[in-house]
Amino acid sequence: MTRRTIAVVSAGLSQPSSTRLLADQLAGATRDELVRRGAEVELRVVDLREYAHDIMNNMLTGFPPTALREAIDAVTGADGVVAVTPIFNASYNGLFKSFFDVLEAESLVDRPVLIGATGGTARHSLALEHALRPMFSYLRAVVVPTSVFAAPEDWSGGTVDGALRGRIRRAAGELADQVERRLPASGPADPFALTTDFLQMLGRGDDAPVTSAGRTGARQAPGSARAESQPG
Amino acid sequence: MQFGVFTVGDVTVDPTTGREPTEHERIKAMVAIALKAEEVGLDVFAAGEHHNPPFVPSSPTTMLGHIAARTERLLLSTATTLITTNDPVKIAEDYAMLQHLSDGRVDLMMGRGNTGPVYPWFGKDIRAGIPLAIENYDLLHRLWREDVVDWKGKYRTPLQSFTSTPRPLDGVPPFVWHGSIRSPEIAEQAAYYGDGFFANHIFWPKEHTQRMVGLYRQRYAHYGHGSADQAIVGLGGQVFMRRNSQDAVREFRPYFDNAPVYGHGPSLEEFTRETPLTVGSPQQVIDRTLGFREYVGDYQRQLFLMDHAGLPLKTVLEQLDLLGEEVVPVLRKEFEALRPAHVPDAPTHASLVAAAGGGKDSTVHAVDDVTGKAPEGATR
Repeated sequence: MTRRTIAVVSAGLSQPSSTRLLADQLAGATRDELVRRGAEVELRVVDLREYAHDIMNNMLTGFPPTALREAIDAVTGADGVVAVTPIFNASYNGLFKSFFDVLEAESLVDRPVLIGATGGTARHSLALEHALRPMFSYLRAVVVPTSVFAAPEDWSGGTVDGALRGRIRRAAGELADQVERRLPASGPADPFALTTDFLQMLGRGDDAPVTSAGRTGARQAPGSARAESQPG
Repeated sequence: MQFGVFTVGDVTVDPTTGREPTEHERIKAMVAIALKAEEVGLDVFAAGEHHNPPFVPSSPTTMLGHIAARTERLLLSTATTLITTNDPVKIAEDYAMLQHLSDGRVDLMMGRGNTGPVYPWFGKDIRAGIPLAIENYDLLHRLWREDVVDWKGKYRTPLQSFTSTPRPLDGVPPFVWHGSIRSPEIAEQAAYYGDGFFANHIFWPKEHTQRMVGLYRQRYAHYGHGSADQAIVGLGGQVFMRRNSQDAVREFRPYFDNAPVYGHGPSLEEFTRETPLTVGSPQQVIDRTLGFREYVGDYQRQLFLMDHAGLPLKTVLEQLDLLGEEVVPVLRKEFEALRPAHVPDAPTHASLVAAAGGGKDSTVHAVDDVTGKAPEGATR
């Protein structure tokens, strides 16, 4: 059975939070869909409120404190991401943006993402399309076509058979599709991995002779560096 | 093992008094710190190089040459020399000159510089930071080892029949460290040449240092310079001490809270937990510093940052007294006892000369353009 992890990022601020509620419903529907297709699914919830100070400290110092590091690894190492924010001033809130701002460059490339948002009125709903979707496109994530906005009337109208439920199910199916067509994630990328060797960096390729008189003869042939060029 | 201090040379307001030193005061303070380092028995003083306010040390060999003239034993180094924006030809000349004037008491640490706008002031582009570091250093390495260099690269004008003068003292170039926080390419570069690798080890978690040093050691062995545990490793560190650790915390906190790099961010307690910063008693500094070798292995050089964030000179000199009198003697003894016999000391001019089979004069005498004759007895 294929193991899959779905990271669930919620930028809701209140507790309980309707943003978190939407995130849970999107995540649950995605899990159910993947399980139905035969996968084993682990959900990893990252409630950004718990990391608010750490995220700002990361901005200022350039590195994540340990707890935030683990949360970041959960997101960048997942097979798929559910990302949900309340809409503030016609866009994601600052906490949501700040979290994605401190991720390593390229850490979400080709990662399937389902975006969702909540707001005080349905008139905010297109913020998903003009704010969240472009941000994830910039990060070269793969955002599924259906984004899900939940307004107060969606909650008051009952969620079991209402229109929101249908959108959640459709979006979750799309995320499951994208997850399923990829190999299981191998965890977060290692920023310290060496992906080249010195002679390539020097622009001498693999076969160019080492001619500099200063070099010692003790060095191995240039080509031999390649086999080990990605140390553990 | 070598112990010393390194300074970035920032002009920063003292947050407890609101007073900002002048450039002149700061420059003189850096010199006073270097002289004090020798007085209290430290081995190394390393100065940064910066070309933008609030930093003063734009001309490192001028400062280090002055300090060389006023000290006897102190090893002079850099933290760091900008291998990206400096012309490698000028580095070769300046530091060979310093090496002669200081009778071999000089080595260098190469760094890239991380401030984008600085690069174009010197005709360079930060986006080429790593390729600049690679190409420029490769040229520098040759200029110190080959009397006559023909060279062509991407980032400076070609050289034809160029001789960098003066030639290195005793025919032995200054030892070079490569500093980096988190670029594996630089660890690879240091390993390739068999040079030293210096991990900043101040502002970032120890895991960064551990990974980078581990990679450097592995590649050092790969390139055939010795076993992984014989690679030459240096670490930074940052401490503030008082005899009573509560006094240290109380006195340092306002400097920490307002420091340019991490101020107004994490608390002193959080930062102390997440990074190698130690604020406390000399014994706490000893214990924490001895712990470094548990994740980087036996290493050769430990430099401390003592004088940033607006700390007044008087306080810094008191810190150096504590470091030299109470901390370093214990660290020297303990590290030495732990170090296996096959792990080398940090290279010095004397050890490099010995390894080269003795010193030799490497003067290149000019050849007469018309007759093609060199002066009598001269070698070329």
